[in-house]
Amino acid sequence: MQFMLLFSRQGKLRLQKWYVPLSDKEKKKITRELVQTVLARKPKMCSFLEWRDLKIVYKRYASLYFCCAIEDQDNELITLEIIHRYVELLDKYFGSVCELDIIFNFEKAYFILDEFLLGGEVQETSKKNVLKAIEQADLLQEKTENMFHSKSIIGYKKAY
Amino acid sequence: MPAVSKGDGMRGLAVFISDIRNCKSKEAEIKRINKELANIRSKFKGDKALDGYSKKKYVCKLLFIFLLGHDIDFGHMEAVNLLSSNKYTEKQIGYLFISVLVNSNSELIRLINNAIKNDLASRNPTFMCLALHCIANVGSREMGEAFAADIPRILVAGDSMDSVKQSAALCLLRLYKASPDLVPMGEWTARVVHLLNDQHMGVVTAAVSLITCLCKKNPDDFKTCISLAVSRLSRIVSSASTDLQDYTYYFVPAPWLSVKLLRLLQSYPPPEDAAVRGRLVECLETVLNKAQEPPKSKKVQHSNAKNAILFETISLIIHYDSEPNLLVRACNQLGQFLQHRETNLRYLALESMCTLASSEFSHEAVKTHIETVINALKTERDVSVRQRAADLLYAMCDRSNAKQIVSEMLRYLETADYAIREEIVLKVAILAEKYAVDYSWYVDTILNLIRIAGDYVSEEVWYRVLQIVTNRDDVQGYAAKTVFEALQAPACHENMVKVGGYILGEFGNLIAGDPRSSPPVQFSLLHSKFHLCSVATRALLLSTYIKFINLFPETKATIQGVLRAGSQLRNADVELQQRAVEYLTLSSVASTDVLATVLEEMPPFPERESSILAKLKRKKGPGAASALDDSRRDTSNNDINGGVEPTPSTVSTPSPSADLLGLRAAPPPAAPPVPVGGNLLVDVFSDGPNAQPSLGPTPEEAFLSELEPPAPESPMALLADPAPAADPGPEDIGPPIPEADELLNKFVCKNSGVLFENQLLQIGVKSEFRQNLGRMYLFYGNKTSVQFQSFSPTVVHPGDLQTQLAVQTKRVAAQVDGGAQVQQVLNIECLRDFLTPPLLSVRFRYGGTAQSLTLKLPVTINKFFQPTEMAAQDFFQRWKQLSLPLQEAQKIFKANHPMDAEVTKAKLLGFGSALLDNVDPNPENFVGAGIIQTKALQVGCLLRLEPNAQAQMYRLTLRTSKEPVSRHLCELLAQQF
Repeated sequence: MQFMLLFSRQGKLRLQKWYVPLSDKEKKKITRELVQTVLARKPKMCSFLEWRDLKIVYKRYASLYFCCAIEDQDNELITLEIIHRYVELLDKYFGSVCELDIIFNFEKAYFILDEFLLGGEVQETSKKNVLKAIEQADLLQEKTENMFHSKSIIGYKKAY
Repeated sequence: MPAVSKGDGMRGLAVFISDIRNCKSKEAEIKRINKELANIRSKFKGDKALDGYSKKKYVCKLLFIFLLGHDIDFGHMEAVNLLSSNKYTEKQIGYLFISVLVNSNSELIRLINNAIKNDLASRNPTFMCLALHCIANVGSREMGEAFAADIPRILVAGDSMDSVKQSAALCLLRLYKASPDLVPMGEWTARVVHLLNDQHMGVVTAAVSLITCLCKKNPDDFKTCISLAVSRLSRIVSSASTDLQDYTYYFVPAPWLSVKLLRLLQSYPPPEDAAVRGRLVECLETVLNKAQEPPKSKKVQHSNAKNAILFETISLIIHYDSEPNLLVRACNQLGQFLQHRETNLRYLALESMCTLASSEFSHEAVKTHIETVINALKTERDVSVRQRAADLLYAMCDRSNAKQIVSEMLRYLETADYAIREEIVLKVAILAEKYAVDYSWYVDTILNLIRIAGDYVSEEVWYRVLQIVTNRDDVQGYAAKTVFEALQAPACHENMVKVGGYILGEFGNLIAGDPRSSPPVQFSLLHSKFHLCSVATRALLLSTYIKFINLFPETKATIQGVLRAGSQLRNADVELQQRAVEYLTLSSVASTDVLATVLEEMPPFPERESSILAKLKRKKGPGAASALDDSRRDTSNNDINGGVEPTPSTVSTPSPSADLLGLRAAPPPAAPPVPVGGNLLVDVFSDGPNAQPSLGPTPEEAFLSELEPPAPESPMALLADPAPAADPGPEDIGPPIPEADELLNKFVCKNSGVLFENQLLQIGVKSEFRQNLGRMYLFYGNKTSVQFQSFSPTVVHPGDLQTQLAVQTKRVAAQVDGGAQVQQVLNIECLRDFLTPPLLSVRFRYGGTAQSLTLKLPVTINKFFQPTEMAAQDFFQRWKQLSLPLQEAQKIFKANHPMDAEVTKAKLLGFGSALLDNVDPNPENFVGAGIIQTKALQVGCLLRLEPNAQAQMYRLTLRTSKEPVSRHLCELLAQQF
C-alpha cells in the first residue's frame, strides 16, 4: 500500500498515512485530486478505480471515506477488508466509533493504525493482539498519569 | 476496554479542537490557530521548565495544526525531548510528531537516532516497537544508515518478542524498499525464511511481506520459501473456519496471510518438486471448490475475504499458465462473477479475465462469455466497469469474433466517456487491422472511427489506413469510392478530409470513370472543404491538387487557377505559399513525362510494427496490449490471418506484436505516408520511404565494428596442385534435377550425409567450414558392377555467383570401377554474401549411354556462420540496432516435423549460430547469434524462433545487417522444422 487517507463527505482530511516518500506539495496535490475524484462517485459504483498507475480502493463508513492506494499487483478485495478491519479496531477501541472520535483522538487513530499496518503492509490481523498493544499503552499511561480527566471526557463527547 | 482509554487526558487539546471546530470562518480558524501558536511558542521559550505532560500536550496541538494543513516550523526539539521520556504516552507522542513531520535537519536526526538507539537497546518490547515504527514510518536514508545492520539481528534473535519481530520485519522491508544497498544480506536471510514456520501467525504475516520483496532480487537465496509457503498455505486452506481463532475473519481462516502467501508464490515458477507441486495444486483446487460452497455468512466481509483468496489463487494459476484444467475452472468461476450483483466482483472478474484471455489454454473458454461482456459494456452504470469490459473485449478478440467486437466497440464509442475515447479508437483500429478478413471492412471501420470520434483519431490511426491502402491494390478502388462518399456529408471531420485528400490524390483515377465522381467533381468536392481546414490539411490538399494535375490533365487549368489565386501565392503561411508557388511552376514547366515521374503513385510502405500499437503501448504502459503480445496465441492468429500481409511479396508479416522481447518499446515512428508540415513537399518529390534505409551509417559497420577481420592466411595456399575446374558455363549443363532443392535442404543444418542416390550412383558429402573458408569431400560411389567412363563432376557458378564464392575442385579419375568409390576435394572460399548455391554437374558414360545429372551443391550462406556468444543485454542492444524494416525477415509456418526442443536445438546449432540461453523471457523460445564470415564483409545475424506446440506452428525472426541475407536465412531455416 502506498498511502491511506481518511476524509469526510465535506472533503476534510481526517487522517493521512504515507508509506512512500513524497514531498508535502505532492501529498497535498494527491489528496486534493483523490478527494475530489472519490467524492464525485455515486453510491452504488464499484469500490475500485484506476488512478495514475495505482489502484484506488475506497469505502464509505457513515460520514467518513477510507481510501487506500495500492499497487498494480495488490489485491483489491483484501484491501477493502484492511479498511474494514481498521474500522473494526477503531470501533472496538472507541466503542461505536464516529468521525468525532477520530477528530478528537487523532493520535490514537494513528497509534492503532501503526499496530495494524506498518510500512504499508499488514503487520497483525488479530483484533485481540492489536488492541492488546494499545491497551497496554493505556494502562501504562493510567499508572503514570493523574486521573482527574478520566470522567470528563464523556462530557466533551456530548459537547462536540 | 476501559472507558479511560478514550480521552486520557489532554483536556487542553480537546478544548482547542472544539474551538477550531466552532470557528465560523476560515479567518476565525486562522486567528485561533495563530493565537495558539503564539501561546505554545511562549511556553516553549519560557523560563519555567515544562513538565512532560505539558510538553506532550503542546506537541500534540502542533501536530493537530499541521494535520489541518498549516506549516509548523518549531517544536521539533520538544518532540525529540519527549522521545527520551520514560513515560510511554509522552514517548509515543514524540514519535508520532517525528513520524509525521519528518525533517532532514541533520542535527535533529542525530538526536532522534540516538533516542531510537536507546529504545532499541532497552529490551522493553513496547519501547522497541515504538522505535521500529518510527523507523518504518520515516524510512529515510539516514535512518537506514544508522539501523539497517541492527534490525536483521533483532528480527532473528531468539529472545525477541513476537510483536518486536513483526515490527522489525516490516521495518526492514521499508528500509530495503527505500535503500536496498543499505540492507546487508547474510546468514540471517535463511532464518528469515524459517519465520514462515513460526507459531505466531502475526509473525508469519509480517515475514511473508518481507520475503516477497527480498526474493525478487535474490530468488535463489530464498528458494526454500516455496515449500514452506505451500505447506503453510495448505494448512490454512484445509483448516476449519474456526481453527485459527482470532486469525479467522468472518469465517475465513487467515485471509490476509493466505493472500500474501499466494503472492509470494507468484515470484517463482511452479515448484519443481513433484510432491510440493501436488500439494499446491490441491490447495488451489480446494480454493476453487470452496468458491462453490454456500456462504457461511451473509456479510459482505465474508464474501470479500473469501473472494480475495480466490482472485489471488486465480492470479497464481494464470502466473503458472501450465494447468489447463485449473485455468478453465478459473475462467468458469470468473464467468459466474460476471453476472454477480456485486459491482466489485463484476469489475474484478472482467479485470482478471483479461489476463486469462491471453493464455492459450483459456482463451477459448473466455470467449464463451462474449455476450455477457458486451452486455456489460452497454449496461454497466459505472464507467470504470465499462472500461474493464472494453479491455476484456479487446483481449478476447480474435478472427472469429472480430467483426462483432469491433462493431460493439464502435457503438460504444458513440456514448463513451471522453476520457477513454482515444484509447477505444486505438483499440478498434488495431483490431480492425489485425483481424481484417477483407480490407473493405477495414477501410469502413476506420472511416467510421473518424465519423464517430474524429477528434480522438490520432495521426497514427489515419496514417496507418493510408499505409495499408497504399500497400494493397485490391482495396484502393473501394477506398477511393468510400472516402468520396464520406466527403459528401455536409459536415465531415477534418481527419476525413485528410484521408480523403490523400486517397483521392493517389487513387482518385480508379473512380473517375463514373460521371458522378468525375475528376472535376472530385476536385470541387475536396476544394469545398479547403477553406475550413487547418494549415496542415490545406498543405496536404495542395499536394493532392498537384497529383490531380498528373492524374487528370483536364483539371489542370482549374487547379492552376486555384494555385495562382492571391490567397495561395501570397499566403501568410510560408509552407502554403511555397507549395503553391512550386506546384504552380512544376505544373507549368514540367513535361507530361516529368510530371508523371515526379508525381507517381506512392510506392508501398515498408512493413514494420503498427504505429498504432506502439502508441497504445506508450499510452497504457506495458501489458496494455497484453492479448496481442502473447507470443503463442499470436503465432496462430497471424497464420490464419495470412491474408493480412499487405504486399504478397514482402516476407515479413506485419505483426503488430513484433515487440515480444520488448525491443521496440519506443520504435521510430512508422514512416508516415504524409509527413506533416514542411516535409510534405520533400515527400512528393522523393522516392518514397523506401529510400530511407540507405541513409545514415551502414548498419553492418555499427554491428561489427568490434570484430576482428578474417584471418588473412588461406588454407588454399597449402594445396599443392589446385587445378582450376574447367567451368562449362551454365548453358552447357542441364537444369538441376527436380529434387535438387529438397536434397539441398537436408544439408542446411548438417555437413555430411548422402547427397544423392539412384540406381547407378551414390554421392556422399562430408564438409567442414571455418570462417569464410570451407573444404568439402564428395564421394562418388558406383553402385553398378560396370565401370563408369568419362566421369567428370564439375562445379558451376550460375549468375553472379563467381564473384561471391570461389570453388576450386581437384580433378578425379575419368573412370570409376564398378562397386568403387572416388573422392573429390573442393576448396571453397566465400567472397561475399550469396543467395544461390553453386551447381554440381556430374557426367559420365554408363554402358554406352551418356548420363548427366545436375545437383545443387550443399553450400549455403549459413555454412560460414561463426557462432557468437553474447549476454542478453548485448543481444538486445544489437537487436535494436538492426531495426530497419528490411533488416528483419519473419516467417510463420507450420511444423513439418514433431516439435522436439532437443532436435530444434541441434538443428539451430547445425545451422551455425550460437544458442543463447536466458535471453528470451520465454524459455520455450530459442535465440541465436552469429556472424557470417565472407572475404569482403561480415554480416551479423540474430535469430529468434518461437515454437507454439499448441498450434504446431513456429515463428521465425531474423535480423541481419544485410537485407537479402535476412530473408535468405529465414527461408533456409524455415524449411528445417
